[in-house]
Amino acid sequence: MPTDFLLSAIVLTPGVVGLLLLATPREAVRLQRWVSLLASVATLVFAAVAWSRIDPANASFQFVEARTWLPSLGIGYRLGMDGISLVLVLLTALLQPIVFISSWRSIHDKVKGYVVAMLLLETGVLGAFLATDMFLFYVFWELMLVPMYFIIGVWGGERRIYAAVKFVLFTLAGSLLMLVAIIYLSFVFHSQTGTWSFAYEDMLRASVPMGQGFWHSPQMLLFAAFALAFAIKVPIFPLHTWLPDAHTEAPTGGSIILAGVLLKLGTYGLLRFNRPLFPEAWQRATPLFLTLAVIGIVYGALVAWAQKDMKKLVAYSSVTHMGFIVLGLFAGTLTSTQGALLQMVNHGLSTGALFLLVGVVYDRRHTRMIEDFGGLAAVMPLYTGAFLIATLSSIGLPGLNGFVGEFLILTGAFPRHPAVVAVAATGVVLGAVYMLSLVRRVFWNPLAIEANRSLPDLTWREVLAFAPLAFFMVWIGVHPGTFLSLSEAAVRRLIGG
Amino acid sequence: MRADLIALLPELMLATLAMAVLLAGLASGKARHGLLGAGAVLALAATGVTLWLAAGATDPGAHFFSGMFVLDHFAIFFKALFLLTAALVVLLSHDYLKRNDYRPGEYLALVMFATVGMMTMASGVNLAVIYVGLELMALSTYILAGYFRREVKSHEAAAKYFVLGAMSSGILLYGLSLIYGATGTLDLATLARVLASAKPGPSALVGVALLACGFLFKVAAVPFHVWTPDVYEGAPTPITAFMSVGPKAAAFAMFLRVFIGGLAPLAASWIWLVGVAAALTMIWGNVAALTQDNVKRMLAYSSIAHAGYALVGLVAGGPAGVNSVLFYMLVYTVTNIGAFGFVILLESRGYAGETVADYAGLARRHPAAAFGMLLFMLSLGGIPPTAGFMGKLYLFAAAVNAGYVWLVVVAVLMSAVSLYYYLRIVLQMYLREGDGAEPATLVAAPWTERVIWACGVAVLVIGLLPAPFLAAARAMAGAVGLL
Repeated sequence: MPTDFLLSAIVLTPGVVGLLLLATPREAVRLQRWVSLLASVATLVFAAVAWSRIDPANASFQFVEARTWLPSLGIGYRLGMDGISLVLVLLTALLQPIVFISSWRSIHDKVKGYVVAMLLLETGVLGAFLATDMFLFYVFWELMLVPMYFIIGVWGGERRIYAAVKFVLFTLAGSLLMLVAIIYLSFVFHSQTGTWSFAYEDMLRASVPMGQGFWHSPQMLLFAAFALAFAIKVPIFPLHTWLPDAHTEAPTGGSIILAGVLLKLGTYGLLRFNRPLFPEAWQRATPLFLTLAVIGIVYGALVAWAQKDMKKLVAYSSVTHMGFIVLGLFAGTLTSTQGALLQMVNHGLSTGALFLLVGVVYDRRHTRMIEDFGGLAAVMPLYTGAFLIATLSSIGLPGLNGFVGEFLILTGAFPRHPAVVAVAATGVVLGAVYMLSLVRRVFWNPLAIEANRSLPDLTWREVLAFAPLAFFMVWIGVHPGTFLSLSEAAVRRLIGG
Repeated sequence: MRADLIALLPELMLATLAMAVLLAGLASGKARHGLLGAGAVLALAATGVTLWLAAGATDPGAHFFSGMFVLDHFAIFFKALFLLTAALVVLLSHDYLKRNDYRPGEYLALVMFATVGMMTMASGVNLAVIYVGLELMALSTYILAGYFRREVKSHEAAAKYFVLGAMSSGILLYGLSLIYGATGTLDLATLARVLASAKPGPSALVGVALLACGFLFKVAAVPFHVWTPDVYEGAPTPITAFMSVGPKAAAFAMFLRVFIGGLAPLAASWIWLVGVAAALTMIWGNVAALTQDNVKRMLAYSSIAHAGYALVGLVAGGPAGVNSVLFYMLVYTVTNIGAFGFVILLESRGYAGETVADYAGLARRHPAAAFGMLLFMLSLGGIPPTAGFMGKLYLFAAAVNAGYVWLVVVAVLMSAVSLYYYLRIVLQMYLREGDGAEPATLVAAPWTERVIWACGVAVLVIGLLPAPFLAAARAMAGAVGLL
């Protein structure tokens, strides 16, 4: 298989199929479900081909595609993949079929709109991971906004409209400032070289003046504009307030994608753009971001502990986990950055699995309140096992994926920032506290509520959706080298070590 | 003399054909909607062909009628845009006039006369010629705003528009006379020379300020915008669509020509004024739009806001700035006409369909039309991959380049605000179900639908493949002496 159009195939397959599905009649629900699933599986196959063909020792972009789009401004359709984007593309491509399988029955209203929105969203995410043109990156970044708005707003819970609007306004406020920063960056490049370009590789060569202070330092301002957009997406404390609403109100599939992939775009952006483009500003901002990361870790854990709603609990646990990733990125060593990248994947797998499993009982009982459950271990043994695996992965049990990521982040950060690591480590303990207490209350407390006695266990379809996640949790936990070696060269290049 | 007439031929032709349509309308009575509409569209198309021929037969750098009139690329771009706008509006009006039972003859003729005025404005390089074009456009539009004589709101709109419009024309004229008094010329090229050679006195500066006020009124910029919501709400909807794009684009044409051209030597004096007006316009237009429940009023405030964005390009100046304004006018025209087309579709059976709540559940009943409206709202909000995003990109790039980063920051923040009210419509259409009491159903209006389709396709094509359109706009703004 030639690789000339491999990345285009990965990026465009879901979106094009989605647009074609738009033309099918509303009643053809079976067709829409199957075609969307097949499209996402095809994307996964393309991503696997990229995995098998990529040269991990080569730190630069591979399978490069470049076509002019807006020649007058040097904007191009430029795609490229390195080890970092490969890992995140694989995660995205893996989660998407799982989303379709998990929502096979639970989404029965306006199925066409749902699958089209999901497929367009996938194109946006994959495009943002693979774009090597700043402008193209921004286009894909914005492309995600509208489908997600609909996914939350149409198929969400009771307060879905509030959550959808809040999601959009938060995201947009950040990303529009990023657009100004992108234009300004390109302007700096233009004034230094005399040519217009938005290519990422060109921007790396532009040296943005550092200046004095904050308001008179172009580099600090550009760093801030990019970082704000990404920090909202991550979300970094105190910009996280949209996340519990969006997560809680989104349908299960939307939550999986939101937590599994969309949040990763924030940390990906920090690593891909902020770090190499604005190195001095990055140094200057490190104490601030480390502090915010640690606050997020502890605060998120404490708030998660207090939740009565299972989905909200998992949502706040994301704030904690994303805090670890930010800590790993800003600690800045090779080990901690590699750990952060691996933790992005881990969080996608474990939180994706937790949202999936919360959705399972929600479909059956139409409640997510912890107090409405208890003693499920006796009636749903398979489900209990799955939930336990996901929990243990999330809290970092050795042998599963979460442990490796957190361990790398903390050991990588320790030599430079021992105090920060000490505080962050309490987050690991707190994580075990709130997750295990959740498990105890839901699965081992007495089976007091009558409606819970007759709950059916996982169906084969739900098992099918969960199995790949568990498979990769174990794989990464036992042999993380498979994935760490993919990204090492690329990470080394980005952090300049 | 012969060359003069060739350069003026498109205007002459359209004016003649407008009179023919007027007479045919009087002769045929009200039953001949289709015939007169087709005649008007054909007349506009024929004018377009004439424009193309006249452009080929004249030198773009040449001046006609003793240096008062040009047919440069800038003028050709705007004239083509005006003809397109007028044709789309005529098509939008067809079903609407028939449904509301008004005579089409005078109406169509007035749209065509207004277009002649707009074309003259784009070609004038003498303040007097520009003013004549402006008045022809304005007088025709006043009448059109009040054309629905059985509607009280339409009367109100016309009266307000006329009184305030006449006053702004007076201010403008006063500015012109002060400038004439200070420099002794109305010719833009001479004006630029005189202003560059000597330090301008206070009367010239006051004249420029008055001129700026008059122009800001015509583009509906804050603080001269108060007429807009009432007039847009009360006027027949196709005329609202027309006013929001045609006369606005024409006003930008003269704004660019006079300020970037003739008054360039005084840029230091007026640029902060226009910059502040741009910022205020974006802020107030968007913030006020947030609270509107009437869709026409909301789109009125939205069009105020968009004038603010375009002013950013004017402030940026230079070929890139002018180019970005031209491109933005094209983008804004197709988007806004499409959006108003949807509003027209909704007005039916004495049921105005004008409040946001009327849009509830439309996506389920009318998926295709609702999808079009979704595209227009995203384009107005500036979300890729629509035309509106590309338009804003070029405006902002030009302004960043010219050093007006603060203005761009205001613009992008206000774009975020604007998405809230554009999404309100999307939210109603897609996320809410109608309460079922009196579901708004779209009437059969084939021509309106075709216009919506065409605009929707244009919004996507310009958004995905903007290069050729930009190249056109750049070629047009290339000779940006504007004199």
